[in-house]
Amino acid sequence: MAKKYSNEHEWAVLEGDIATVGLSSYAVEQLGDITFVELPEVGAIASKDDSIAFIESVKAASDIYTPVGGEVVEINEELEDRPELLNEDAEGTWVFKLKISSADEFETLMDESAYKAYIESL
Amino acid sequence: MQELKRTALFSKHQSLGAKNIGFCGWEMPVQYEGILKEHEACRNSAALFDTSHMGEFFFEGNLLFSGINEATTIDVLKLPIGKCKYGFLLNEKGGVIDDLIIYKVSEERLMFVVNASRIETDFKAIEKCLDNGVFTNASEQTSKIDIQGPKSKEILQKIAPFDLDELSFFSFTETTIMDTFAVVSRTGYTGELGYELYLDNEIAPKVWDKLIKLGATPAGLGARDVLRLEMGYSLYGQELDEDTTPIEAGVGFFVQYDKHFVGKEALLKQKEEGAKKKTIAFTTNSKRAPRHGNEIWQNDKKIGFVTSGTFSPSVKSGIGLGRVKSDLFDKDEPLEIKTGRGSIPIFLTKLPFLKKD
Repeated sequence: MAKKYSNEHEWAVLEGDIATVGLSSYAVEQLGDITFVELPEVGAIASKDDSIAFIESVKAASDIYTPVGGEVVEINEELEDRPELLNEDAEGTWVFKLKISSADEFETLMDESAYKAYIESL
Repeated sequence: MQELKRTALFSKHQSLGAKNIGFCGWEMPVQYEGILKEHEACRNSAALFDTSHMGEFFFEGNLLFSGINEATTIDVLKLPIGKCKYGFLLNEKGGVIDDLIIYKVSEERLMFVVNASRIETDFKAIEKCLDNGVFTNASEQTSKIDIQGPKSKEILQKIAPFDLDELSFFSFTETTIMDTFAVVSRTGYTGELGYELYLDNEIAPKVWDKLIKLGATPAGLGARDVLRLEMGYSLYGQELDEDTTPIEAGVGFFVQYDKHFVGKEALLKQKEEGAKKKTIAFTTNSKRAPRHGNEIWQNDKKIGFVTSGTFSPSVKSGIGLGRVKSDLFDKDEPLEIKTGRGSIPIFLTKLPFLKKD
């Protein structure tokens, strides 16, 4: 399944109409040690680029923007007790799953090589 | 934009993979492998900090008649030789120009250690008080390395030519480290057993490498800020500034009133009339962290703001210091802070946040 990235450094993988969303390792490296994850609520409905969750590191707090619109169907509750999982493996740790409203939004996200070029340009 | 200055250890930080930030005009490591790991090293082993950006001044002359004893709140006449003391350089209003440590090297010689951002301002303010004596700024050629943590003594002992047990808290000695002149003091900004080393720029990189080889973990300003806040120590620019007196910042007990100093009248007046602002220490009792600048609210009124805040790995809670208006603050009513991401209830506590036995 192709992984895609947003400008706000979230990754998403689409299976059927369910998008699994996490944070890029670049984003997590910038934040440093993560100490708190505020997850969205299951059932919440969000549009693409809405801030629906946030994380805090020792240094700072940062919003999590959903890279695609839809309804939150599942959240990774393990992160409430073990936020450090994001530091250990950002690309392999999902944060929430959305039932998407449009596959077109997913298609507009960057693929891995485009994202790599994007972060190099920052 | 003015180019950031670099310490003599800059290339060491680069090769250790440090992430740098601009801090008070200096390009300084904020972290190497991670703030939590570096914090842990300091609390349980030994951490190494480059604090060479800080300033060092020397005064040579008559301590009684030169005016130097009126320059700060520290009584240098009472200070024993070989001891150092924390205090303040104040303006006439009692506001804090800087917090500093004075080292009494001899009956006629003092060393001042000041904050990086305040070097020029401090130097002028102290110089203004002097009628005679020689006052010099040695900041440019002086490096400073702090080794802090329960294992700092055994590590430093391997390169110190004297018994470190002889140094009591806030004592120092002039010595040689790796065949070069150095000042070693039993001081720090972390609450742990620790030492601060004042070194010539030439030797500092060698001492840095050696201490890492002996087991110290390099730590950045990120960990340093968490460590100092866990102890409730003030940071200039956050808890302390020219519009805030030591009384308002909650550090009035460091002031030595038995002698004259600039700002003394203002402080005495404030003691008598009561201060309009006061400093509070609080926890969130959750993983949410207060952040510098968050508003503090009570009874639907904004009563102040957070001066420093972080998540504390030792206390396992958000912790913070804040400055509030004395007339609006009620210690028995619920308090909250407003962050960009909702309100968080806060709970008053006593310092230090990290209780050590």
